[in-house]
Amino acid sequence: MITMGGLPKGRPTLVCGGAGCGKTLFGIEFLVRGATQFGEPGVCISFEETAEDLAQNVASLGFNLQELQRKKKLVIDHIYVDKSEIAETGEYDLEGLFIRLNGAIDSVKAKRVLLDTPEALFAGLSNTGILRSEMRRLFGWLKDKGVSAVITGERGEGTLTRHGLEEYVSDCVILLDHRVQNDSVTRRLRVLKYRGSTHGTNEYPFLIDQKGISVLPITAVGLDHKASNERVSSGVPELDAMFGGSGFYRGSSVLVTGTAGTGKTSLAASFVDAACRRGERGIYFAFEESPNQIMRNMQSIGMDLRKWVRKGLLHIESVRPNAFGMEMHLVRMHALLQEHSPDVVVMDPISGLIPSGSMFDISSLVLRIVDFIKAKGATGFFTALMAEDDVHSTNLNISSLVDTWLLLRNIESNGERNRVMYVLKSRGMSHSNQIREFLLTDRGVKLREVYLGAGGVLTGSARVAREAEERREESSRRRAERKRELALRASMAVVDAKLAALEAQRNRYKSGLQAVIDEDEDRRVANLKDRDKLQISRGVVVNGPVKEGHKGEL
Amino acid sequence: MKTTKAEKSKTAVRPKYDLRLYVAGQTPRSLQALSNLKRICEEHLAGQYRIEIIDLVKRPQLAAGDQILAIPTLVRTIPKPARKIIGDLSNIEKVLVGLEVRPAEQ
Repeated sequence: MITMGGLPKGRPTLVCGGAGCGKTLFGIEFLVRGATQFGEPGVCISFEETAEDLAQNVASLGFNLQELQRKKKLVIDHIYVDKSEIAETGEYDLEGLFIRLNGAIDSVKAKRVLLDTPEALFAGLSNTGILRSEMRRLFGWLKDKGVSAVITGERGEGTLTRHGLEEYVSDCVILLDHRVQNDSVTRRLRVLKYRGSTHGTNEYPFLIDQKGISVLPITAVGLDHKASNERVSSGVPELDAMFGGSGFYRGSSVLVTGTAGTGKTSLAASFVDAACRRGERGIYFAFEESPNQIMRNMQSIGMDLRKWVRKGLLHIESVRPNAFGMEMHLVRMHALLQEHSPDVVVMDPISGLIPSGSMFDISSLVLRIVDFIKAKGATGFFTALMAEDDVHSTNLNISSLVDTWLLLRNIESNGERNRVMYVLKSRGMSHSNQIREFLLTDRGVKLREVYLGAGGVLTGSARVAREAEERREESSRRRAERKRELALRASMAVVDAKLAALEAQRNRYKSGLQAVIDEDEDRRVANLKDRDKLQISRGVVVNGPVKEGHKGEL
Repeated sequence: MKTTKAEKSKTAVRPKYDLRLYVAGQTPRSLQALSNLKRICEEHLAGQYRIEIIDLVKRPQLAAGDQILAIPTLVRTIPKPARKIIGDLSNIEKVLVGLEVRPAEQ
């Protein structure tokens, strides 16, 4: 990938580096993969090791050289030059080498050749003039023969190779480096020249493991991940609720920080447990505990991780942080991620990878891993140990790389310590800013609303006590209220009664009044009637109603 | 071992010096080496030598046996241990040293 496609076909590539840096392995892997994966037989001319030694050395990488030789896919020829055996008398050339090489190539129709390392000739033969011109002839001959060749060379002082092989191999030069850094060995690879193509120009860490050489580009990751809208549960329903009900975005990265013993591992395990329950795959990178320890511990809070491991959905990878250099960790994780294709990835704790004081290292490592996990569409969940007062200081560079940051804290009060959790940030979604009490029960992680008492946030037994007290207060208040209510009602009843009495009296007065009025009216009407009667009896015509001042007529 | 041309010395059946000259075709250098070799042998190893000439162009597979890299190469197989001398053998002293032969008194 670094050379954007591989080594140049039909041309020689120089691989140089110090002793033990892996040049021979590089070359052998080149041949073996050519023979097994691409149908290109190969020839190895080894100037330093015998065929048997070589086969033995690479057997641990899973390369079976004997088998390949038997199948006529590979020819290994050992050419040695013993200075003590040879006297040089006059002019000569290296046609013998050419003849042997040619014979070997033709015998298996090889398309790939490894020469490891022609510099041994310089040790055995003293006529450098002849050697140089023959080297030049050799590389030209290889090109003409149409084979892709890897030539190894030992690093020189100030020159790429001790004997200047780089002069003849100008097409592609790869430099391998092998150094001790922070007590760990790191191996790096750099493509120095690659005529006719673009290539990454940085140093890349690589790893030699049971499967050969794996390389990981340091900064080859772009920032063009797809952003998903899908949400995944955290495994704790109350926590999901703090994010609007659904949990984290798929493909996002979540960081949980806290001091020792706050429950970060439990939260991480809940997350991965939920994923497995959905049928998704997970990898759990543990840097402090063994897989069995984690599974046992999680069992005590009601999570059965063993089940997922057995089903192959969960892979727990435990390794001590100081077992490898930073790049090695990276390459290993990269390889595992490729192999398992997880949907969720946990690193617990990611802070375990920080060698003290190398802030840059952890940032770039985390960046690479976070990016790689995102690029694969997996959701990352990282725990980190952080001192109480660190929250707003140095380790900020980790927190700025992740999308969601949860904080776990211990609260001391009332003679005990309890845990609380809150969300410090969560990009792209609304989240609760409430503190929750964080509980590890035998049914997993649970969150509870915190109790806001008069003295602030209360948790644990203080909370329980306060809750009881408040219940008591509540009931006594209620009793008092009842009493008052009753009293008022009684008063109201009294008043009502009074009102009723008054109302009755009023009615009586009213009816009395009405009676008087009625009587009055009656009397008036009666009087008039009587007068009328009198008039009539006197013979006065009464025309209609009586008017005042009307004289009667005879 | 096959040979293409063999010259036996006239007197001994088992020669004291068994020499193999590896060449690659009839190049001037190879011919030069051969003539030099014959001369040296006649002068200093008279009657005690046997020369085999192996042409690697004709039989390339023989190169591996004696670990032949350079051409021309002269290999002294007997007496043991084997000694190799590469070059056109123009430097007679070096050839004799290489063959561990004391120069014959002239």
